[in-house]
Amino acid sequence: MGFLDIFLVEALVNGLLLGGVLALLALGLNLIFGVIDVAWICYAELVMFGMYAMYYFAVVYGLGYWIAAPLSIAGVGLMGVALHLLVISPLLASAPINQLLATGGVLFFLQSLATVMFGIDFRNLGIRLPTIEVADVFISYARLLAFGAALAGMVALYLFLTRTYVGTAIRAISQDRQIMALMGVDTRRIYVITSAVGGALAGLAACLLVLQYDVHPFVGLSFGPITFMICVMGGLGNMIGGFIAAFIFAEIISVGGLYLDLEWGYVFAFVFFIAMMFVRPEGLLARRS
Amino acid sequence: MNAIPKGKVGLWAGAAAALVILPLAWGAPYPMHIMITILIWSFAYTSWSMMGRFGLVSLGHGGFMGVGAYVTALAWNNLGLSPWLGIPLGLLCAALLALVVAWPCFRFRITGHYFALVTLALSGIVLQVIVATRGLTGGSLGYTPDRVPGGSSIIAFQFTDKATWYLIALAVWAAGLVIWYAVERSMMRYALEAISEDEDAAAAAGVNVTAEKLKITVISAMMTAMSGALYCQYQMFVSPDTVSGISVSLQMVFAVVVGGLYVALGPTIGAVITILLGEALRIGFGPSAVGWDNLIYGLLLVVFIIFLPQGILGSIMGALRRTPARASA
Repeated sequence: MGFLDIFLVEALVNGLLLGGVLALLALGLNLIFGVIDVAWICYAELVMFGMYAMYYFAVVYGLGYWIAAPLSIAGVGLMGVALHLLVISPLLASAPINQLLATGGVLFFLQSLATVMFGIDFRNLGIRLPTIEVADVFISYARLLAFGAALAGMVALYLFLTRTYVGTAIRAISQDRQIMALMGVDTRRIYVITSAVGGALAGLAACLLVLQYDVHPFVGLSFGPITFMICVMGGLGNMIGGFIAAFIFAEIISVGGLYLDLEWGYVFAFVFFIAMMFVRPEGLLARRS
Repeated sequence: MNAIPKGKVGLWAGAAAALVILPLAWGAPYPMHIMITILIWSFAYTSWSMMGRFGLVSLGHGGFMGVGAYVTALAWNNLGLSPWLGIPLGLLCAALLALVVAWPCFRFRITGHYFALVTLALSGIVLQVIVATRGLTGGSLGYTPDRVPGGSSIIAFQFTDKATWYLIALAVWAAGLVIWYAVERSMMRYALEAISEDEDAAAAAGVNVTAEKLKITVISAMMTAMSGALYCQYQMFVSPDTVSGISVSLQMVFAVVVGGLYVALGPTIGAVITILLGEALRIGFGPSAVGWDNLIYGLLLVVFIIFLPQGILGSIMGALRRTPARASA
């Protein structure tokens, strides 16, 4: 059985590393939701565009990974701003469900735009990062890097939200939308900044994911739903809840995928999600009361 | 929405007769195919709007459609169970799935966009289960019900004749509208409208909130499963991408929003517009049109939600209703 245990440990470690990236994705979504009270259904599609940006900057224009990454992050941040100004802000006063559906339309739009612009071929950076062996457990360097960068991104966001004036305003708005406007905070400006930060987090996730996965127009569908489930399970807008949920989900996917197929890992995660709603609906209701 | 005035009965009967006779008299295969497709999807979209119009926006209906299609086809291929029994079995499975997911949602007051996100998980589950059980379902490659020798059989619910399919699809579509009107005139509608306005107030007024919502959800899920089964039997091929998953769920929402959520024929208009648009692009641009149809759909969806949330038919009917009222006042 020792043979199996090594694989189990490896799956657990990989789950932990996957959890870092998922937590980063959930963080961006939670930030947007907590502050603007809008769920960007198309969040994973922003990540997909970020991955294409990485591909084009790094491979087609040959700029190298470390120059392509900030460019891509900035690009996706701008997309977040555009999304907010063009789609969300005209709908701020209408029913939340309309905002959700509008971003669903953006999901279709971005997916098709990628198909039209980039074609349906799978593309990758062609970077093969080595594997590290620690006590018989093989760890992919790309995943380790992603995990580290995700953690760094989260710490940076935490510092931004707690140590800067704008960050404080963002947190205040997420607590009470009406009062802050009366207190002289320009909510529109804060919304734009939040959208930019949320988009930039999607861009950061894209830089990390592109090291592990090929990019194609439908890549968003493979981690978009899971990101949403993580956010819902952690309590939409609740960043700490989302952080924990991300690691639970990642472990289920990774360990479930070890014993059966990867799809079964996802099935287990989804079933777990629905079962949790029976057992702990507070996770879902945390922000509503 | 009162009873139809007597003078209009003749008009409706004429329209119904025209719908039955004209396409059959014309009979060209391609237009027939388009009309059958429109009718099947119209029925699916109507099913979604049954609950969508009461503010229960589900993104899980792709899942119900997949269940209907795959249960029917799997029962036929593996158990030799005729679709006449397989389709009810599929509907039953969809109803059970709807209960399992919707009951905790309604019990714990998960509404609005929370509900939409939870049902989104349902689409994902059904899609992944179909892909994961590829030994049985063929996974992403799709699945084909076994053909009967000769091609047509009533027991196998397989017909090579487009006219037969047209009449079946027309009948099911009409049945969908009948259910829509039945709900429109029932007490359930008032209960659900009260719930969508304010759940607490509705509960205080004696409405059993959970039970009413569950009822409409199960009706909607079963109708959607029916559309999936019908689609599978007509196309004789299903794949997870065409009948389950998030794209299909969003496609339903999109078509209904474009057509009009609060009017009976809105989903049908939505289906006509989306399918004709898709076909026009496909014919106009050929293979290079890949992606353009969804590009335009997505753009239209956003534009409609921002500028015309009542949908095309809803806005037209709203304008018509307002004009005479103003004239008489």
